[in-house]
Amino acid sequence: MESARAQARLNKIIMYVILVIMAFIMIVPFAWMILTALKTNQEAISVDPFYIFPAHGWHWENFAEVWESYNFLILYKNTLLMIFLRVVFACLTATMAGYAFGRLRFPGKNFFFSLILIQMMIPSQIFIIPQYVMVSKLGWLNTTMGLVFPGLVTAFGTYLLKTGYQGLPKDLEEAAAIDGCNIGQRFLNIMMPLTRSSMVSLGIFTALFAFKDLMWPMIVCTNSQTTTLSAGLAKMQGQYGNNYPTMMASAVLAVVPMIVIYIIFQKQFVEGIATSGGKL
Amino acid sequence: MNEPSLKKMTAAEKTEAKWAWAFIAPTMIGLIILNFYPAINTVWQSFFKSDPFGRSGKFVWFENYQKVLSASETWQSLLNTIKYALIEVIPGVVIALVLAVFLNKKLKGTSVFRTIFFLPMVCAPAAVAMVWKWLYNQQFGLLNNIFHTNIAWISDPKIAWISIGVIGVWSVIGYNMVLFISGLQEIPGDYYEAAEIDGATGIRQFFHITVPLLSPTTFFIVQTRLIGALTVFDLMFMVMDKTNVALKSVQSLVYLFYTYAFTQNNKGLGAAVVLVLVAFIMVVTVIMQKLEKKFVFYN
Repeated sequence: MESARAQARLNKIIMYVILVIMAFIMIVPFAWMILTALKTNQEAISVDPFYIFPAHGWHWENFAEVWESYNFLILYKNTLLMIFLRVVFACLTATMAGYAFGRLRFPGKNFFFSLILIQMMIPSQIFIIPQYVMVSKLGWLNTTMGLVFPGLVTAFGTYLLKTGYQGLPKDLEEAAAIDGCNIGQRFLNIMMPLTRSSMVSLGIFTALFAFKDLMWPMIVCTNSQTTTLSAGLAKMQGQYGNNYPTMMASAVLAVVPMIVIYIIFQKQFVEGIATSGGKL
Repeated sequence: MNEPSLKKMTAAEKTEAKWAWAFIAPTMIGLIILNFYPAINTVWQSFFKSDPFGRSGKFVWFENYQKVLSASETWQSLLNTIKYALIEVIPGVVIALVLAVFLNKKLKGTSVFRTIFFLPMVCAPAAVAMVWKWLYNQQFGLLNNIFHTNIAWISDPKIAWISIGVIGVWSVIGYNMVLFISGLQEIPGDYYEAAEIDGATGIRQFFHITVPLLSPTTFFIVQTRLIGALTVFDLMFMVMDKTNVALKSVQSLVYLFYTYAFTQNNKGLGAAVVLVLVAFIMVVTVIMQKLEKKFVFYN
């Protein structure tokens, strides 16, 4: 008995050691990013391994400098607007289609749903060239509409919401039908509010995807006044790649807002990813 | 799913069908314009030679495919893509599984660890890649400084693909881990209690209970991550400069597609590369489905 308890304790210690080492590996890049952002370039390229912290004061003004010189306000605005519109469009179209596929009977249902499944199986790179040609013909290059364009509808979201609607009990809707509610009222007043958690999952997934995407904004928004944070960083790196504190300060500015949102809404993020399980 | 047939519908069924069609209309029209037409158009464009302005000009049959399939660059990129996928998916899944099992043990501080491991998931890969590029810097980077080495992490063709793979694993562990934890929570506790009574050790329990019962989750993760890794672009684009000598031995098929279609503005060639990629992913998907039947244990 005594040895079993000792064994359990040893196991616990081993687990903690592994977890702490892994956590350390995960944290180091973030820590080094922040520490470099607060140094002068001279300090950043000093090759003394114990020179971890800035020696001559913390250069918070690095952030103010990149904020000014790279117009971060505009990058934030563009990114936020794109995310907002993509989330609204994705949730709106997916909740309607998801309700129809999950609860209603209609001719052509199997055929249309198979189109949804097919879209989910095709790698999205095959859409990019013609989507780009369409955006450029519509005159939407370097506009928010151009950024939002490929995300106006979502097959994955429709699938996710359909599963959400299918899981709801039948009697609620039947009772409303007896009371004389038409399908539109039933959808809007009774069913849609009940799929809130699926909607939140889809919203988080869509926002993260849009925030992280690099290739599409690089293609359609080549102007640094109209582009997003991700594509903006790519541009900065091309121009000022050797000023390390500047680069790290802009990386910090690009990741901090989403990290703050994640820490506040952690439960929703983790559940959203676990339930949607989409490919990010 | 049984469907009502168009001819023999009651009035109520007709109303229901009208609502349904109206509800799916935006999504279906959107999918046709944004996805199905473009997919077909990409195939069409792959048969055209692009003029210097990027417009598609002459119909050239399979000339683009001939060019793509005879270029060593394409096969090298395909090999690079496979190498990246293996180095990201296998360690990424194994490490995430171990961490998930630990975090599922109700230890103290679980939520703090989970928050930390998941952190890279909410960061833009562009920023992540910039930070790692700085860590890997040969002259001034943290890694060479700490270990007193002088390794060209991202410009030595023999090492660069591993360095990129490490960034990939680092980025994806938290995501895999979260999916594993939710899979683990669905395994009934009775199995472990019974094993405990029979005197099975933790490691035996892991291999005889956790691994088989978790196989649907594992399969799902491997499949989605594999597809994700086979279409990798961001990390390579941000870490590898265009002048990097190791670029050729690291760049993925999607990177090559981007170079052809948008840097060199040769849409026909880009379309042909993307179709090679799609064909390859289809083959992988079919193989995965065969493996699923063989190895995945469904209750």
